[in-house]
Amino acid sequence: MDFQLTDDQRALKAGVRELLAARFGRERLRAAVDEGPRLDRALWRELGEAGFFALRLPEADGGVGLGLPETVLAFEEAGRVLLPGPLIATHLAAGVVDGAATGEAVVTAVDGRGLVEWLAEADVVRGDATGAEPLRPVDPLTPLHRVPVSGGAGLIDARPVSSTGALPTASLTSLFTAAEQLGTAARTCETAVQHARTREQFGQPIGAFQAIKHLCARMLVRVELARAAVYAAAVTADPVDIAAARLLADEAAVRGARDCLQVHGGMGFTWESDVHLYLKRAWTRTQRAGTATESEELLAADLVSGVGR
Amino acid sequence: MDLTYTPEEQEFRARLREWLAEVLPSLPPKPSPADWPGRRAYDLGWQRMLYDAGYAGLHWPVDAGGRGATPTQHLIYLEETEKAGAPYVGANFVGLLHAGPTIASEGTPVQRARWLPPVLRGEEVWCQGFSEPDAGSDLAALRTRAWRDGDDYVVSGSKIWTSHAEVADWCELLVRTDPAAPKHRGISWLAMPMDAPGITVRPLRTLAGSTEFAEVFLDEVRVPVAHRVGAENDGWRVTMVTLSYERGTAFVGEVVACRRVLGEVAREARKNGRWDDPALRRRLGGLNAEFRALWRLTQWNVSEAQSNGGVPGVGGSVFKLRYSHARQELYDAAAEVLGPEALDLGREWTLDRLSSLSYTIAAGTSQIQRNIVAERILGLPKGR
Repeated sequence: MDFQLTDDQRALKAGVRELLAARFGRERLRAAVDEGPRLDRALWRELGEAGFFALRLPEADGGVGLGLPETVLAFEEAGRVLLPGPLIATHLAAGVVDGAATGEAVVTAVDGRGLVEWLAEADVVRGDATGAEPLRPVDPLTPLHRVPVSGGAGLIDARPVSSTGALPTASLTSLFTAAEQLGTAARTCETAVQHARTREQFGQPIGAFQAIKHLCARMLVRVELARAAVYAAAVTADPVDIAAARLLADEAAVRGARDCLQVHGGMGFTWESDVHLYLKRAWTRTQRAGTATESEELLAADLVSGVGR
Repeated sequence: MDLTYTPEEQEFRARLREWLAEVLPSLPPKPSPADWPGRRAYDLGWQRMLYDAGYAGLHWPVDAGGRGATPTQHLIYLEETEKAGAPYVGANFVGLLHAGPTIASEGTPVQRARWLPPVLRGEEVWCQGFSEPDAGSDLAALRTRAWRDGDDYVVSGSKIWTSHAEVADWCELLVRTDPAAPKHRGISWLAMPMDAPGITVRPLRTLAGSTEFAEVFLDEVRVPVAHRVGAENDGWRVTMVTLSYERGTAFVGEVVACRRVLGEVAREARKNGRWDDPALRRRLGGLNAEFRALWRLTQWNVSEAQSNGGVPGVGGSVFKLRYSHARQELYDAAAEVLGPEALDLGREWTLDRLSSLSYTIAAGTSQIQRNIVAERILGLPKGR
């Protein structure tokens, strides 16, 4: 058992981080917020060229031919920089929708609970978006529409992996969402620590105060636990592991962003600081592909089903 | 990222499983928690069985008499013994996990030959004389004095929360050998024989009603200078070696145990109707996520230690912080499932709930662990 990143996985993660730092750094993020929700098509094509959307597509079909763990590492990096756009829907459309794999086409999907991200900017919508009404989205970089749904759609699919090895779309969306949440959580922890090291009050860095230290330590503990869960879920592709990873990653991202805001004090409550962007994106992602309640019910059922480990 | 075990690891697991199935039925009945001599005999007997089968000191280096097993093999050992319901390390805890590894890494050849084999063979029990009434989490504030008199140190002071003191043969003792030095210096690590004149052991009753540990009073106890491990006044560094072992692997088997208990709690809830309460069900589901993730974090830390040549890292603090609180939440949930019966000390979960309270305190309180994480991992400045 060697539950560590391989050299190739490390290189892939570093490569994605480099690409995103060059193309979607902090200044670009702030400019995007000022410009409003318009998708950067050039960036989308660059991501396509770099193989972001075709990571799991077999090489024979023009893809990169990698697996879930590598894809999770890429989405983690996207989550770190709050990369906007229907990334997961487009990734899941690679090989199904023309142009998705290369980033020529922007693909979005109607979520089981009737939410659609980036509807107006998408070339292709998967699912029925009839009657979609725009929301005023809490995250300035995730435009949202709501489609009326009937019945209990959106449950996380608890079926075991099929013989073809394919996980249901909802499970994959949940896993990649967890990866994005993990990236955001790690970034907010670093941001909080950076601020705590440099911001001085009462004649010393606030990070010397135990109250601040403990906030930061709790953030790191949540990140590391979520990381172990998300990576393991990517390796096992087990729907119960995915539900656990999602719960912990949502917690790490949302509570991490709140704690980061708290560490920033009054500065954190302003639009100029980036902290609110982390929190708003993390909140937005919690609504994707099933709720925490559904994850908890699935995990509870696993306890008494006799098949759980 | 690979969670599958190698053929060698699977072979190791299969053999261990076979051996456990063969020997466990032959074990004598478990002694009652209050029966210290019985517990000592039971735990040493189990250690002797491990020794005879070649499983003693699995993670110890070969030149210290151990098997030199990889961290992954140690993980498999802890997982399988827990699953099979094998005895815990019990009274051998300090010898196998603290004093032994410390002597193996810091002791002289003579010291290693004197103290290591009896630990592995299940012949001698060690206790830990670190904490003092005024030096718990602030361990370096300890005041027990030792001064040189010929070939001996003469030791006076007192220790507290000393597990297994009542039945121990040896004590890994931290003493102040230079009172003028800054508090982290001037400390030495001694192996003190527990039958030396001047030692008084007063059992302490825990809030769970049992006597798990004791207060130890030291009145001019003579300890040969030859029993000092490491250089004089270098005991703090020696101790840090010990503590990294404590946080590294001490809780692996317990995570496996908690996952088992959680399943039992869920099945009990199904039986008594509490399962119909969605809030409680969701809580148990959340705990399932928690313990699954803690198991993955264990595998992550073990893999990391393996790539670092077996040295446990600071990841142990991250793990201990989350685990100790999760364990308490598990038994709180169990109490909610039991209802009024949770007030009955005859219920195993009630006793376990009480003892879970020690987990956020022992081996460094959660507050101290958070300071360690903040300062040593995150690099925040030291302060008040």
